[in-house]
Amino acid sequence: MIETTGLGALLVIGLMFLVTLSTRLGGVFVMSYIPISYRVKQFIQAMSGSVLVAILAPMAVTGDNGARLALLSTAIVMLLVKKPLPAITVGIATAALYRML
Amino acid sequence: MPLNSNNIDPSKLPQLDKHLIWKGFLQLVPLSFFVIAFGIAFGLAAKQTGLSSTESMAMSTLVFAGASQFASLELWGPKVSLITILITVFAINARHLLMGATLYPWLQHLSPFKRYGVMFLASDANWAMSLQAFTQGKPGFGILVGGGLSLWLFWIFGTWVGLYFGNLISDPKQFGLDMVMGCFLLAMVVGGEKNIRMLVIWTVAASASLIAFWFLPENTHVVLGALAGGAVGIFWLNKKEESNSDD
Repeated sequence: MIETTGLGALLVIGLMFLVTLSTRLGGVFVMSYIPISYRVKQFIQAMSGSVLVAILAPMAVTGDNGARLALLSTAIVMLLVKKPLPAITVGIATAALYRML
Repeated sequence: MPLNSNNIDPSKLPQLDKHLIWKGFLQLVPLSFFVIAFGIAFGLAAKQTGLSSTESMAMSTLVFAGASQFASLELWGPKVSLITILITVFAINARHLLMGATLYPWLQHLSPFKRYGVMFLASDANWAMSLQAFTQGKPGFGILVGGGLSLWLFWIFGTWVGLYFGNLISDPKQFGLDMVMGCFLLAMVVGGEKNIRMLVIWTVAASASLIAFWFLPENTHVVLGALAGGAVGIFWLNKKEESNSDD
């Protein structure tokens, strides 16, 4: 346990910074020791979309109906228009509208 | 200044100059406006938790990772368990490890100084857009760095607004603002490559993420879901790309 009075809090924040920075740089560091074979490339490519899906899945399942409708409308507009900004705007507006009603 | 970003020349992809950084900055400005709302929510929550203004601003400036910052507030008090906070922060931010790895095919062409330098402001949105640019054959590091700067500055500004005018947006959820990042990331997924292989990969990733979310320790779901999806990619290779892969 550490006191958050005075410099204690800044110490905690400083260490949080170092931990977060290590996650930003660590993946690059590890990869510099792994030869980028075709298979590694395929792993990376599959993983890149999967990161996003893994963030989104619990959001969709545990969220309220406003959240679900927001995601659904974003996906539909994105498929139709293929531009992220209109898709996001419609998604947010849908959530706001649903929660207002 | 001639724009050559439309020429698909693999050797040009890792390029990075002031012009590309500025372009990337502008590209992320619209989303960054929404980030202000999160920043306000964080500043307000930090103040209510008992952090001083200096501490709150230091956290947003240095850590620059919203979800982990909110989580640390949950664990904050007159005395905090350092180990618990640091493990939580690591678990939530471990997805950055994967982001760095996914950019490595392009990062490897940069000097070590630049290679690590461009990752300092990596976060969900600018990483996703920069990776999308690379896969479309456009230079992406301008978006990573410039977009990161944009998100970072607006995040810090939002935190400051939250500390002093926090009551402006006390309930971002009411305006759907809690969904900004979710909708953005989903738009990135939907805008990407779509075929049976990707669909299976995404399904595995989503299932693994949900199983981890419900049954495994907190904050492990993103990394486990991503690794599960990646594992499918190792065994089910994309035949189409095999012939024209270049690095």
